[in-house]
Amino acid sequence: MLLSSDDLGFMIEGVFSFNLGGHTLWITTSHICLLIVFLTLIVFSFFAKGAMLKAAEVPRGFQNVLELIVEFLDGIVDSTMGKHAKNFRNYIGTIFIFILVSNLSGLLGLRPPTADYGVTFPLGVLTFTIVTIQKFRYQKVSGVIKGLCDPWPFWLPINLIGDFAVPISLSLRLFANVLSGTVMMALVYGLLKVIAYAWPAVLHVYFDMFSGAIQTYVFCMLTMTYISGAMDTE
Amino acid sequence: MNFTGSGEMFNDAFILGCSAIGAGLAVIAGIGPGVGQGIAAGHAAAAVGRNPGAKGDVTSTMLLGQAVAETTGLYGLLVAMLLMFVHPFKTN
Repeated sequence: MLLSSDDLGFMIEGVFSFNLGGHTLWITTSHICLLIVFLTLIVFSFFAKGAMLKAAEVPRGFQNVLELIVEFLDGIVDSTMGKHAKNFRNYIGTIFIFILVSNLSGLLGLRPPTADYGVTFPLGVLTFTIVTIQKFRYQKVSGVIKGLCDPWPFWLPINLIGDFAVPISLSLRLFANVLSGTVMMALVYGLLKVIAYAWPAVLHVYFDMFSGAIQTYVFCMLTMTYISGAMDTE
Repeated sequence: MNFTGSGEMFNDAFILGCSAIGAGLAVIAGIGPGVGQGIAAGHAAAAVGRNPGAKGDVTSTMLLGQAVAETTGLYGLLVAMLLMFVHPFKTN
């Protein structure tokens, strides 16, 4: 069969398996790529710390790049969340850098970890958890119940579904975008092997860099919007 | 998935063929986001024409809206990929 997924390298492959309490658990390519992304970020953070320990008044070179990154991340959080920004700069900055590096890792021949629903769904659940906690903190229990029964009490199930759809739609959006890019590149390399010289670079720029950066921005933007909405006490 | 009077081979081929047709139909969902993103881009172009100074803000707002509008199309794509590569209806 032409499209048997064996010769197209976009599926998640198991690397090795082990037994834990009677269950067979697989270490897959997603875990490996995730580990590589984490290690890259950890090494980068050590270099960054080293550079900032001997920081100069007038930044040069690497320090300049670091300040640019931090200022950009703080800028988007400040402009979206206003007075609540200072509590969320760290979280938003972290997930921004993590998702961006994950999406860009497709350029290096890795399978982007964000093209695995097991990676993006926890990110969506994290957003949902933060939103729910902030809702209970700022609107109190009475406010949350009032918000759920918004126009009339029998609206409750629809409002509940709307709340629980947030993490699912957030994570599916990121997952499907990155997966579609991965599949498209795998199709180009797998089926057009003979003529796939140089020009797939253009597709890489679109699918990996442009789409990856936009989806990172959208994920963080929507997370911030949902959290701001939860803290809106009126 | 047990059709009376049909062999295992026929059954699998039938399911694969229907999955492929279903995948093709699911990707039609791409029409919606295409039209929506086009409308957003058109209005953004008009906005930049009226106020060229706000080009940066208009572009980032447009991209954010388009990325959100893209979601429904991606759901269709996801269904198509499940049908094509995961074969959820195959018996074995």
